[in-house]
Amino acid sequence: MTVKPYQQLREEIRDRDKSLRDKVMSLEEAAALVQDGALVGVGGSTLSRTPMAMIWALIRARKQHLSVCRSIVSSEGDLLFASGICDRIITSWFSQGIVWGVSKVMRHHVETGAKVYEEWSHMAMGMRFRAGAMGLPFLPMRSMLGSDLLGRRPEVKLMNCPFTGEPLLLIPAINPDVAIIHVQRCDAYGNAQIDGLQFMDIDLAMAARRVILTTEAIVSNDQIRRRPDHTKIPFFTVDAVVEVPYGSAPHECGGLYEPCFRHMDMYTGQVNSNPEAGMRAYLDQFFTSPKSWNEYLDRIGLEHLIEAGKGGRSVFND
Amino acid sequence: MTEQKASFSASELLAVMSSRLMRDGTVVFAGVGIPLLAAILAQRVKCPGLTILFEGGVVGPMIEPGKLPPSTNEQRCTRRANMVLSSTDVLLLLQRGYVDVGFMGGAQIDRFGNLNSSFIGDPDRPKTRLPGTGGGNDIASLTHMIVALKHERRRFVERVDFITSPGFIAGGSTRASRGLISGGMYRIVTDLGIFGFEEQSKAMQVVALHPGVTMEQVNDNTGFRVLDNPVCTQTEPPTELELSVLRELDPQALYIA
Repeated sequence: MTVKPYQQLREEIRDRDKSLRDKVMSLEEAAALVQDGALVGVGGSTLSRTPMAMIWALIRARKQHLSVCRSIVSSEGDLLFASGICDRIITSWFSQGIVWGVSKVMRHHVETGAKVYEEWSHMAMGMRFRAGAMGLPFLPMRSMLGSDLLGRRPEVKLMNCPFTGEPLLLIPAINPDVAIIHVQRCDAYGNAQIDGLQFMDIDLAMAARRVILTTEAIVSNDQIRRRPDHTKIPFFTVDAVVEVPYGSAPHECGGLYEPCFRHMDMYTGQVNSNPEAGMRAYLDQFFTSPKSWNEYLDRIGLEHLIEAGKGGRSVFND
Repeated sequence: MTEQKASFSASELLAVMSSRLMRDGTVVFAGVGIPLLAAILAQRVKCPGLTILFEGGVVGPMIEPGKLPPSTNEQRCTRRANMVLSSTDVLLLLQRGYVDVGFMGGAQIDRFGNLNSSFIGDPDRPKTRLPGTGGGNDIASLTHMIVALKHERRRFVERVDFITSPGFIAGGSTRASRGLISGGMYRIVTDLGIFGFEEQSKAMQVVALHPGVTMEQVNDNTGFRVLDNPVCTQTEPPTELELSVLRELDPQALYIA
């Protein structure tokens, strides 16, 4: 873990082409922007706005030795570990979801020491992304003190406040090499509008060196300009825009679809009863053998997607 | 006792008893599962002015019966909310001091109210890697906490394997001396009773027992000795209203089974 020197942080983004230019590309082209060994920041949280299509593309591109950071990690963490593309996950909570118990896939990879689950408090993850977004090396915080989480995190420092003398914990910035974020809509330039829960995505986009957006729909720049207050990620931070309907499935995308609960029940049943063979079969069926993202969706099944869509569109319908 | 036991599940008892600890006009930061259910139950039965926060960034939602969210990070959590913030900003409300009480479940707890949701066994070679803190550490560090969990010897241990979410650390004033100058464990709600922490030692002490439960039964199910309390009271069993609201909220028994 290294906090980047300030000059380096600035230099990394200094020479970007910041013009309003078309950044639309395919999942495969976007995956090529992610280097082996990169630190990848993943947008959304738990089962929400997970950039599943981008993770799907990274797994198919057989990336190696990625580290991944996210506020809370769900089944995409299983997939990242079991596919072999990721060695380390930095997060505050990692399991498929409380209704499915403790992920046996996470347990299998972490308990053997094969993979690392680096645990921070949820607010600490927030401070890390925010410090990264602010161009600061750290932010002070009042939680994690007194806990055993502290002893396992050599990256943090303790200090007494120079004004009050109170104890504070200094949380180092995190500036991912690339952020992958799924949004409801954006334009070809990368002006991204997020409905509903933002989680830590805005800080993540500002902190990262590069941003890959996947989106349910690419809209015109005129549409964006009609509601600029809805734009949460500015275009000049963005490097790639990929249009992928149902890009979070089987997780949810606010206002459009809920998680495919029955698919998640099937998935957790299969992989938690057999974390190795069950996971291999799942990865083969859904990640390796489909010819396209649409074929992946086809394998999840129209009925499941329609059910998820009905739930997502009716959630605020009172 | 047998009759009452037949009429509600242990999870329902936990949800009802913890919902009664909520106060109208306060702000509660709730985790998923029983805490979420208990907070909504309180809101519907006796605290219409209770504001619920979820770590996904939600301020003051009204959850729809039968559509409980699978975690506190999905759109179901945002229904009829007053506001959605970023996760970081909603967690910062804890640090600022706007949250009266935090409310969560737990895997393992010790006599000083420390919670473990990270490792069973040696953290370097864990027997079980658990999902981790989520917002638990932040909530436990920065506000008063209510924890709801089933009363089992394997969960109530002398000393947790790992302090994920700090209670009173090693008791006495150790919480403050380790840098946590606010908050602390308030109540532990189990299917046997309600527990607090003795003023000086900060060791777990009984506050109230559920009907028919004895201290002997409590100590038989606890890996350490729970302090007696001369003013220990008896709780009132769940009412028909509480149970019916609860079952309406969770008709699939996702959390109350």
